Formats: sequence, structure tokens, C-alpha cells
Amino acid sequence: MADVNRGNRPLSPHLSIYRPQLTSITSILTRITGNALIVSALMIVWWFLAAATGEQYFAFANGFVTSWFGDLVLGLSVWGLWYHTLAGIRHLIWDNAMGLEIEAATKLGWACVIGSVVLTVLTIAIV
Amino acid sequence: MRYLTDRKRAAGLGSAKSGVHHFWAMKVSSVALLLLIPLFVFTFGPALGGSYDEVTAYFARPFPAIVAALTMIVGFKHFNDGAQVLIEDYVHGGTQKITLILVTCLSYAAMATGLFSIAKLAL
Repeated sequence: MADVNRGNRPLSPHLSIYRPQLTSITSILTRITGNALIVSALMIVWWFLAAATGEQYFAFANGFVTSWFGDLVLGLSVWGLWYHTLAGIRHLIWDNAMGLEIEAATKLGWACVIGSVVLTVLTIAIV
Repeated sequence: MRYLTDRKRAAGLGSAKSGVHHFWAMKVSSVALLLLIPLFVFTFGPALGGSYDEVTAYFARPFPAIVAALTMIVGFKHFNDGAQVLIEDYVHGGTQKITLILVTCLSYAAMATGLFSIAKLAL
């Protein structure tokens, strides 16, 4: 019970031994999308700053943001944004101790994956 | 110290003080973003790709400007709180503290830059 072998004990089985499952993949995707959105967020802030600075600088920043590279980043970000939003709703549901059964959790996972793709297509079509 | 159990080591130190503050901050900002994100996507989205005159005129209107400003405030606060959990999970010790400070600086710098720019466009 005392400090025998402190800090050098075997850890409980983790990532390396589990087969990837829908629930684990959708969970890590929430973290990845949320943190990766900083890229497009900073790009959008830069675009706003350029618009507030003047016409010449705006032309430069706007040219970058609306280039094929900017489109690629923003397109992926739209999917990341909707995925993170749906996964966030899933977390708000889970916070009420609802939908935690394996079947329900799997359904919610698919809802996030499919829903985010549908919302992305709709967004790109509308905007 | 060596012969203390974890339970004994924690006894008498009192509560963790912060309680559910972080959880609640994430909850409030996520619910707010649930409303703000669709509004921002469908105001900022159509504006993107417009000419300089179109963009400056568009964000001189109250609704798009206020939505964009609120999204900057709540969005970067939410990012800061979320990235904090990421850092706490994967970075440890002194590096963790430095990373947390840097990410907080980045979040508020981006928020301030966004707000300044939107205010300048709107006014």
C-alpha cells in the first residue's frame, strides 16, 4: 500500500491493445477537429484584420484565403466544425446520463459522422 | 512521505478549490456556440469572396458584425478551455505550464485582433 514501486507500475491497457471502434474513433475525432480548427480560426482573424487595414492588404489576404489552398483549409474546416458541433451535442446529451448504452452510443456516433458530411455538403452548396 | 498512501497524502489538504468550474465553462460556451456557429457560418460564408467594398459594407451592418464579434469572444474562450484539456493530457511538468500560458496568450491575442478588426469595419 505504501510507496512501493511508485511511478514504475504497469499502466492499465490503453490505446495500443484496443481494436479501434466507432466510439473511440468518434471520440478522438472530436478532440482533433476542435483543436485543428485553430488553423482556420487564425486565418479568418487575419482576413478580418486585412479588411480592417485597407484595400491593398485585403486583396493579398483575401487572395490567399480564397485560393485553392484556402478553399481546401476552409472546406475541411467546415466539416471539422460541423463534426465538432454534432459531437458537442452528443456530449451535452451524455452529460444527462442519456444515450450511454452501447447501441445508443453507436447510433449517436454514426449520427455525428453522417450528419457532419450532410451538413458540410449543404453548407458548401448554400455558401 | 515514502510510507504514505495516496489517500493519506491527500488528507487534510481540503478541496481542489476549482470544483466544476471548467466543466461548467465548457457547457456554457458550447451551448452559446450551438447558436453562434450556424449564424456565423451563414453570415461570414456569403461575405467571403466578395470585393473589398462589399466586405466592408457588409460588416458595417450591425447583425453580421455582432455575430462575428460574439463568435470571436466565445469561440476563442472555448478553444482556450478545450486546448487546456488536450495539453493537460499530453504535456506534463514545467512544459505543461509554459504551453498552457502560450495557448492562453494565443487565444486572447486572436480574440482581441478579431474584435479590433470587426469594430474598425463596423464603425
